[in-house]
Amino acid sequence: MRYLFAFLRKNNIFFLFLFLEIIAIVLMTKNRTFSGSVILNSTSQFSGSLNKSYSGIIDYFDLKKQNEFLVQENAYLKNSIIQFNNTQNTIIPPDTIYQYIVAKVISNSIHKADNYLMLDKGKRHGIKVDMPIISDQGIVGSVVAVSENFCSVMSVLHKDSKISAKIKKNNQLANILWDNMDYQRGTLADIPSHIDLRVGDTIITSGHSLIYPEGIMIGVAENYNTRTESSLNSAVIKFSTDFNSLKYVYAVQNSRLEEMLLLKKEVEND
Amino acid sequence: MTRQIVTNLFRFIILVLLQIFVFNQFQLMGFINPYVYILFILLLPIETPKWLLLLLGFVLGYVIDYFSHSIGINIFSTVLVAYLRPVFIRYVIPKLEPGPDVKISIKQIGFNSFLIYTGILVFIHHFTLFFLEIFRFSYFFNTLIHAILSSVFTIILILISQYLFYSRKK
Repeated sequence: MRYLFAFLRKNNIFFLFLFLEIIAIVLMTKNRTFSGSVILNSTSQFSGSLNKSYSGIIDYFDLKKQNEFLVQENAYLKNSIIQFNNTQNTIIPPDTIYQYIVAKVISNSIHKADNYLMLDKGKRHGIKVDMPIISDQGIVGSVVAVSENFCSVMSVLHKDSKISAKIKKNNQLANILWDNMDYQRGTLADIPSHIDLRVGDTIITSGHSLIYPEGIMIGVAENYNTRTESSLNSAVIKFSTDFNSLKYVYAVQNSRLEEMLLLKKEVEND
Repeated sequence: MTRQIVTNLFRFIILVLLQIFVFNQFQLMGFINPYVYILFILLLPIETPKWLLLLLGFVLGYVIDYFSHSIGINIFSTVLVAYLRPVFIRYVIPKLEPGPDVKISIKQIGFNSFLIYTGILVFIHHFTLFFLEIFRFSYFFNTLIHAILSSVFTIILILISQYLFYSRKK
C-alpha cells in the first residue's frame, strides 16, 4: 500500500493528466450520444446572449445582401400568390397545418464534421425539439435542443444527419447524407439502380420522416455514377441552401404532428 | 508575480474572445481553421508548476468548447499540449534558466527555437483536435492536410503577434 502511494505521488502529474483527459473523453462520448443536455449547456443564456450581441454588430455589414434575399423571396411569394389565385377554384382548400416561425441565426458553423447552428428563438416562441428548420433556399436542419430563448439546430452538414428525400420528377425515394467535408455538396444514397436519375434533377424532401414537410428543396444532382455490381447507387448533389450565408431561417410548426406520431405509435404497438 | 498573473489573465481573456468571435468565424478557403487560443498555454511563464499548467489547459479547453458547440475535444487537445509543454521546453530551449525576467518569446529564445517550439506544439494540438472532431480514419489525409494548413496559419499569426508585441515594447 505504501508503495502504491509512493508510486502515485511520484507520478502525480501524469495521473492528473490522465484524469483530466478521461473527463474530456467522457464529455465527448456524452455529446456524441446526443443526450441533448451537453448541447443544451451551450445553448444556455450566457453564450446565447453573447453570440446574439455579437451577431447584432456584424449584421450591419450584411444588410445589402440580406435585402436582396428578401426581395427575391418577395418576388417568389408574389408569383405563388398569382398562381394560387389562378388555380384556387379547382383545388381543395390549401394545407394550413404548417406554420412558420422566423428566427435569426446567431451562430453557425460549416467546416466541422458535426455542424450546428444557434437561433434566437426558443421555448418561449414555440420552438420544440425535432422541429425542422428551413430557409428560403431550402432545408437547413432540425432542432436538437431548446432553452428559454434560444435553440440549437443540427445542420444538414452533420455526419449523423439523414434525410428522407425524393427525386422530384418521378417521386422515387432515396436518402440524403453528408459525409464529405464540402459544405456545398451532399450524397444522395440508396438510389435503386433502375431509377432514371440525370444530372440536374431536382431533389426535394419526401415528407416521410415526419420531420420535414414534403416538397422542401434540397438541391440538384450534380454527379451520378452507376455501378453495375451494386443494386443501390449514390449520387453527389449540390445543396440549394448556401449554408455559409444563412441569416434568417424558418422553424416549421406542424400542428398535426402529435396526431401523426400518436397514430404511428398505435400502429407500431399492435 | 502579481504582474505576471495579471498579464496572463489578460492574455487568456483576449485570446478566448479572439478565438470565439474572430477565428471561429474565420474559414479561409473553407479549409483553414486557426486555433490561436493555444498560444496562452505556450506563453505561460516557465516556472509555472505542472499541475497548474494542466488545470489551466483544462479551463481554457472548457471555455473554448463551451462557446463552440463541441464538448470535450478542445479540453483533450489543450490538456495534451499542457502536458507535453515542459518536455519541449527541456529539449528545444535547454539553455534557458528559469528566472523572474525570463519569458518565452522570440526576443529571448531566438527565432528558430521559438518556431520549433510553437510549431510542434501547435501541430500536435491541431492534429488531435481535428481527428477528435471527425472521429474516424477514413479521411486521414484530408484531416492531415487540414491540420497542417491550419497549423501553418496559426503559427504565422503567432509569429505576427510576437513581432507586434516586440516592437511595441521597444
